[in-house]
Amino acid sequence: MAWRKVKSILPAGSYYFSGNEAITEGAVAARCGYYAGYPITPATEILETISVRFRETGAVSIQMEDEIASICSCIGASWAGAKAMTATSGPGFSLMQEGIGYAVMTETPVVIVDAQRAGPSTGQATRVGSGDIMQARWGTHGAMPIIALSPWSVQELYDQTINAFNLTEKYRVPVFLMAEEATAHLRERIDIAGEIKLFDREKKPGVAAFGTEESDGVPPMPIFGEREKLLVTGSTHDAYGIRKTDDPLTQEKLIGRLNNKIVNKREEIIEYEEYHLKDADIAIVCYGFTARSSLFSVERLREEGKKVGMLRLKTLWPFADRVISNVGSRVNRIFVPEMNMGQVVGEVVKYTSCEVVPYNQVNGEVIQPNTITEHLRRLL
Amino acid sequence: MARDLKQYLRPGVTLSFCPGCGDRILLRLILRAIDELKIDIDDMLFVSGIGCAAWIPSPYFNADTLHTLHGRAIAFATGAKMFNPKLKTMVISGDGDLADIGGNHLIHAARRNIDLTVICANNMNYAMTGGQVCSTTPQGAFTQTTPQGNPYRPIDLCKLVQAAGATYVARYSVTQRFALINSVERALQTRGFSFIEALTPCPVQFGRRNQLGAPADMLKSLVGKCVMKEDAENLSSEELKGKIITGEFSDGCG
Ligand SMILES: Cc1ncc(C[n+]2csc(CCOP(=O)(O)OP(=O)(O)O)c2C)c(N)n1
Repeated sequence: MAWRKVKSILPAGSYYFSGNEAITEGAVAARCGYYAGYPITPATEILETISVRFRETGAVSIQMEDEIASICSCIGASWAGAKAMTATSGPGFSLMQEGIGYAVMTETPVVIVDAQRAGPSTGQATRVGSGDIMQARWGTHGAMPIIALSPWSVQELYDQTINAFNLTEKYRVPVFLMAEEATAHLRERIDIAGEIKLFDREKKPGVAAFGTEESDGVPPMPIFGEREKLLVTGSTHDAYGIRKTDDPLTQEKLIGRLNNKIVNKREEIIEYEEYHLKDADIAIVCYGFTARSSLFSVERLREEGKKVGMLRLKTLWPFADRVISNVGSRVNRIFVPEMNMGQVVGEVVKYTSCEVVPYNQVNGEVIQPNTITEHLRRLL
Repeated sequence: MARDLKQYLRPGVTLSFCPGCGDRILLRLILRAIDELKIDIDDMLFVSGIGCAAWIPSPYFNADTLHTLHGRAIAFATGAKMFNPKLKTMVISGDGDLADIGGNHLIHAARRNIDLTVICANNMNYAMTGGQVCSTTPQGAFTQTTPQGNPYRPIDLCKLVQAAGATYVARYSVTQRFALINSVERALQTRGFSFIEALTPCPVQFGRRNQLGAPADMLKSLVGKCVMKEDAENLSSEELKGKIITGEFSDGCG
C-alpha cells in the first residue's frame, strides 16, 4: 500500500505562520527525513526553522557548504531511504541545475523549494519575482519533464509541500515548489488538519529499479543497505542501472519513459482552479501571488457586471495544455499577468488560438489589483 | 596468498582499464582490504564521481554503488551517510574529481569529520578526458593543456585534508601494495573522516606525454620516487627533490 493516512505532527487547529514556517511544517508533516540547505534570502527561514524542528522530530538536517552540495546530499539521502528536501532562491537554484538533472536521470525523489526573488543574478534579494518558471522546466541540460507547483497562500505552502513529497515519491521525479518572496515572507492564518495522506515509495526486492514494461511506467524504488547491489548512475543506463553510453536504443527508451511517465500522467498531476469562467469574455490566466491580486480585481469587475473570469494554475509543470485550450475556446481574450518578462504566457499562446495579452512587471514588487483592473478595463 | 576477489566483482561486467593503468591494481588492493577485514560488502555503499577512477566501484563492485556527478561524490555520500549511519560508505574517485572541481566538498567533509573513507586515485592528470593538467600535476610536467610544462606547483592533498581536520590521512603508491592494503583497512576502521591519496600510474595519458616509458617503467620509477615519511625526515631538501613522501600523516586509529 503506497498511500497511508498519518497524523499531522502539529495538533489540528489554526496557526499563524509565515510562508517559510508553513513549508517547514509541511515537510515535518510529510515525514521529510533529510533536509540540506545553504542560507539565501528569502528561503533562509526554512533552513533555520527546520534546524530546530528536525531536532525535535529526530529527522536529519544539515547546512552544507553550497547549494550544489545541498542538492547532491539530498539525492544521496533519498537513495538511503529518506524523503529529502532542499530550499533555495535564484542564485542557489542556478547552482543546483546539474544535480537536478541527475535526479531526473536517476529518478530520485527530491523536493526543491525555490523561494523566487527578483533576478537575474543577485538581483534584489529581498524583493519578489517569478522569473524561475522556465528555469524549473528547462534549466538542466537535456531537460526532461518535471513537476512544479505554484502556491498562492501560506495555507497552500503547507498543503503543497506535503503534496510535493507525495508527487516526488510517486513519480520518482524532482518536484519544485515555486514559492515567491511575497508568499515566503507573508504571515497568514492557516488550518492544519489532524490527519494527512502520504505516499511512500514502492519497494519491490529484486525488481529492476530503472525500467518498466510500460513505456510510461514508474519503476519501484529500492534503497541502499538492503542487499540490492544497486547501480545508480546519471549516465544512460538499462533497467538494472548498467551503463549503456553508446547504445541509441537504450538512450531512446530511457528518455522516452522519463518523458512519458510525466506527460502521459499529466491529467492526474495537474491541479487548477476556475473563477467566474462560465460566462466570461476575458480570462486571466495566473499563478502564485499574482493570482491573489487577479482574483481581487476579478471580484471587483464582476460587481460592476463585467464578464471577467480567472484560471489559477496550481501546477505549472506539466503544463495544463488542455485546460488552456478549453478556456481559450470559450473566451475572446486571455490576459496573463506575470512577475517576469513573460514565461507562462508563451505556453498559453502555444495551446490556444484566441488573443493572448501579456502583462509583465519586473520591478521587484507584487502586481497590485488596481494595475490588473486598469489593464482589464482597457481590454473589455 | 592469492585470494579470490572475484566474489566482489559484479557478474557480467569486464574490467576495461587501459593497459598498465594503476587503477586496476588499486581496485584489487581495496578489495583485498575489505576481504581481510571480513566486511560484508553488502553493508557498504560505494560512491564515485566522474572519471576513470570513478569506475573502480561502479560498475565493478558487486555492492550498492552511486556513480554521481563530476566533483560531487563526497556531497552525495554525506547525505546517504547522514541519513543512514549504518552504511559503511567509501568514496573512490580521481584527483581532478575530488581535489579540483570537488575540492570544497573534500575540505568540508574533512572539517565535519564525517565518517567516510575517501580514496583519491592520484594519476597526476585528467585521464578520462584525454590527459589535461590537474592540481596534482608536478611542476614542469607536460599535459595536453600544458604543452610548455605545468607552470604551477602541485597541491599537497594530504596536508590540505589534514589541516581541514580529517582523522586519518595517508598517502601510498599502488606499488606499496601491503602498506596500501593496510592503510585502507585502517581507514575503514577509522571513526571519522579518513583519506588516502593513492598514487596510481597513468601510462596512456600522463606517461606518454612525459616520456615515462612502458607501464612497467612507470611503476619502477614510482617505486624509486616514493620515500617513507620516517626516512624522509633524515633526508635533505636536495635529496627529497622529485621524491614523493608516503606514509600516514594523521592516524586516528590510535
Ligand atoms: C561538470 C563537469 N565538467 C567536466 C566534465 C568532464 N570530465 C569528465 S572526467 C573529468 C576529469 C577526470 O579526472 P580525474 O578526476 O582526475 O579522474 P581520472 O579520469 O584521471 O581517473 C572531466 C573534466 C564533467 N563530466 N562534468
